[in-house]
Amino acid sequence: MAKSQVTMTVNGKPVEALVEPRTLLIHFLREQLNLTGPHIGCDTSHCGACTVDFNGMSVKTCTMFAVQANGSDIRTIEGMANADGTMHALQEGFREMHGLQCGFCTPGMILRAYRLLQENPSPTEEEIRFGISGNLCRCTGYQNIIKAIQYAAAKLRGVPLQEAAE
Amino acid sequence: MNDMTPTSAERAEKLEGMGCKRKRVEDVRFVQGKGNYVDDLKLTGMLYGDFTRSPHAHARIKKIDTSKAAAVPGVIAVLTAAELKPLSLHYMPTLAGDVAAVLAEEKVLYQNQEVAFVIATDRYIAADAADLVEVEYEALPALVDPFKAMAPDAPLLREDIKDKTEGAHGKRKHYNHIFTWEMGDKDGVDAAFKKADVTMKEMISYQRVHPCPLETCQCVASFDKIKGELTVWGTFQAPHVIRTVASLISKIPEHKIHVIAPDIGGGFGNKVGAYPGYICAIVASIVTGQPVKWVEDRIENLSTTAFARDYHMLTEMSATKDGKVTGLRVYTIADHGAFDACADPSKWPAGFFNIVTGSYDFPVAHVAVDGVYTNKAPGGVAYRCSFRVTEAAYCIERAMDIMAQKLGMDAAEFRMKNLIRREQFPYTSALGWEYDSGDYHTALNKAMDTVGYKKLRAEQKAKQEAFKRGETRELMGIGIAFFTEIVGAGPSRNCDILGIAMFDSAEIRIHPTGSVIARLGTKSQGQGHETTYAQIIATELGIAADNIMIEEGNTDTAPYGLGTYGSRSTPVSGAATAVAARKIKAKAQMIAAHLLEVHDDDLEWDVDRFRVKGNPERFKTMTELAWAAYHGVPPGMEPGLEAVSYYDPPNMTYPFGAYICVLDVDVDTGTSKIRRFYALDDCGTRINPMIIEGQIHGGLTEALGIAMGQEIHYDDDGNVTTASLMDYFLPTAVETPHWETDWTTTPSPHHPIGAKGVGESPNVGGVPCFANAVNDAFRFLGSTHIAMPHDNWRTWTVAEKLGLHA
Repeated sequence: MAKSQVTMTVNGKPVEALVEPRTLLIHFLREQLNLTGPHIGCDTSHCGACTVDFNGMSVKTCTMFAVQANGSDIRTIEGMANADGTMHALQEGFREMHGLQCGFCTPGMILRAYRLLQENPSPTEEEIRFGISGNLCRCTGYQNIIKAIQYAAAKLRGVPLQEAAE
Repeated sequence: MNDMTPTSAERAEKLEGMGCKRKRVEDVRFVQGKGNYVDDLKLTGMLYGDFTRSPHAHARIKKIDTSKAAAVPGVIAVLTAAELKPLSLHYMPTLAGDVAAVLAEEKVLYQNQEVAFVIATDRYIAADAADLVEVEYEALPALVDPFKAMAPDAPLLREDIKDKTEGAHGKRKHYNHIFTWEMGDKDGVDAAFKKADVTMKEMISYQRVHPCPLETCQCVASFDKIKGELTVWGTFQAPHVIRTVASLISKIPEHKIHVIAPDIGGGFGNKVGAYPGYICAIVASIVTGQPVKWVEDRIENLSTTAFARDYHMLTEMSATKDGKVTGLRVYTIADHGAFDACADPSKWPAGFFNIVTGSYDFPVAHVAVDGVYTNKAPGGVAYRCSFRVTEAAYCIERAMDIMAQKLGMDAAEFRMKNLIRREQFPYTSALGWEYDSGDYHTALNKAMDTVGYKKLRAEQKAKQEAFKRGETRELMGIGIAFFTEIVGAGPSRNCDILGIAMFDSAEIRIHPTGSVIARLGTKSQGQGHETTYAQIIATELGIAADNIMIEEGNTDTAPYGLGTYGSRSTPVSGAATAVAARKIKAKAQMIAAHLLEVHDDDLEWDVDRFRVKGNPERFKTMTELAWAAYHGVPPGMEPGLEAVSYYDPPNMTYPFGAYICVLDVDVDTGTSKIRRFYALDDCGTRINPMIIEGQIHGGLTEALGIAMGQEIHYDDDGNVTTASLMDYFLPTAVETPHWETDWTTTPSPHHPIGAKGVGESPNVGGVPCFANAVNDAFRFLGSTHIAMPHDNWRTWTVAEKLGLHA
């Protein structure tokens, strides 16, 4: 099958590649770029395990083609760490608050939470529940994911963490 | 000692041992996207396999033509039953003593059954070519209703065993019959019913559901022709058993098979058994000499690999008029689909369903289960429960509510009256289990006090009056469930899988510098074993948990074990861990005595050291003893400091809990708004309270899904209508309520650290609790039993039938 050239920025780095027109973005990220953080959990855009940050939006990469990402700016879990190499407040929050178990939904969940906090730096519990409802988790029952996001929100706003952590 | 010396308590705290809310070790890689799941694996020359599947639920295969598929550029091979048959691999043994088709030979028996396996250089090409395999079918009548399976004119499903009158579990009474399993005192129950003041009878059905972990089943098989060795990375909850089964059916010597379960994205019972994809990937790798990856998609997962429940339980209970239970009789039709692929211990075709007397002191009981074949996906796995225990808990907890209603009693009061009393433990149930420990009344009282049970009932009554006056369109429901689980399978006297006793194992090695590696026969799928096993060792050996590495899942390095399911890791491998640690400690004590020049008996253990009794300033820490074990052992003692334990549990463990759910049903929309859910769990000794709570949150959310919406549904032609997340309900953060957790602690008397296991309790107790709450909302209108799942449509329909929309 004829391949198309795509260029994009992934985790701050320029990427140039040849892809088949039908290659899904998730397969491009995982198999051509070896970014295996985003996962595949369903075929129907329901689970959100493949969520990345795409031009300032949360996007499920199982439902778009790599060619559609031409010229885009993408961030995956592999690009979440702070510039100094320490973990992002969300990564830290998920660990501190036990916001994950099997870890399969976690990269997508963190990327979704990242965009949520960009749009709403101090969400209520209800806003968080609604905001992450496109991402499924089978292990945690969401309660500690919500705490993890609250923890990160507090830390990013510079509010004492005591408030977020129980 | 000077003032700077840390106290025993300070030293103990630093270990992060049992009881500590230790942060999880595994999270560091998961939150950075560095987990190592099967589909992340990329090997040189790796090929991809994909299935051609049956569109029919029941059909004869007239012809398979693979030529078009094979001609697609990039396709390496196409396997059908014709290729597998000469290798005797077109069928595989199931854990339940049946066989299951790997690739369909003459007939297909359920929709999406595997017919051909295409191997290609790319997963897209494999999918393209799988569509080009041409199969000519002659459709046959589909058998969907398990109650019609044993009708005289029912379609014959399993032609491969039609003449077998004897199955793995005794006589077969019909060609679609698998087994009859019976237990208890039939005559005794008959007598109890004759004498009873009050009886109840209800068909209590637990619908077919699927565990649906977020990661589907998948594997990579790689056969090295030069060495004759096979390596399989896969989503295996029980990697050692998979290796043994692979050896038995492939005839490759077991030591030349390397089964590795890397990080697993949730299991919940889905990943216990062996599936056609594993066998086909292995065969494909042997045939091609290249690694072959097979990854199922979500539709394949929901419609083919495993299902759970599908138990239809005709339940009868007898009682005195003042509310004392006197007998229980349950007759069950179990729908196993096309092949009996239950993942129960081999001698237990209906699992531990005889826990159905629950938490109550039934003097006599009788159960019988008939397993039947239908044109549905094979299985009968334990979805986040010990074998058939959720079915049993749902059955008894619904029946208790219905009986309370018949007696005109409050559901809690009726339970209180019949719960097994503390002084009755160890308690032998009417159906033969010996419950190890319990304090049920304390748990239920605590639950009722915490939620303000009496007040809630008063509020409910007021709301019912308001409803009657037309002032509200909501009905308030209060659901109670008191469950007893039976986990930790199990003792070798009654538990084995294909003849292998259900022990489990731990091997602990202390390095010279006092750090540790421990390997176990279980396999975490998110339960946090790398964190919690280290806590057990930390407390037992006085070594900081951070200095202990836990490894599981590699059959070459880990000791043999039966895997993780049925909440067995803590009860069995956790026990093995403690026992192995104690062997090490005993040796360390001898080394300490040698170094301190005292008798062994003159030493006492203090958190992380042996000290001389009465002279605490003379001591040797575990770190010092580790070093000494490699250079200064007593004469005649072998150097080194390691131990292994294969633990054969003396009994199961019996975690229990009291759950209360409060919800409001809108009769006009059928929606149920969960106002409050309180879960009190008693899992014995608590190793890591943070992880326990996380497990309970997750299990309750799965229970919410099951009770309120999940169903693997088939239409009359055997088409599965709920095989994607479009139609199969998984709760999001919006539907999921806030969970309140609580606990009591009643240690197991026979477990080395008193722990009982907890991961599955919330699913076992949660489902009947939600169901009882919905039913309770309608109880005052005379409704006795509404079947699950309680989705909005079904609930609205109930309201409609009760005339509430008039």
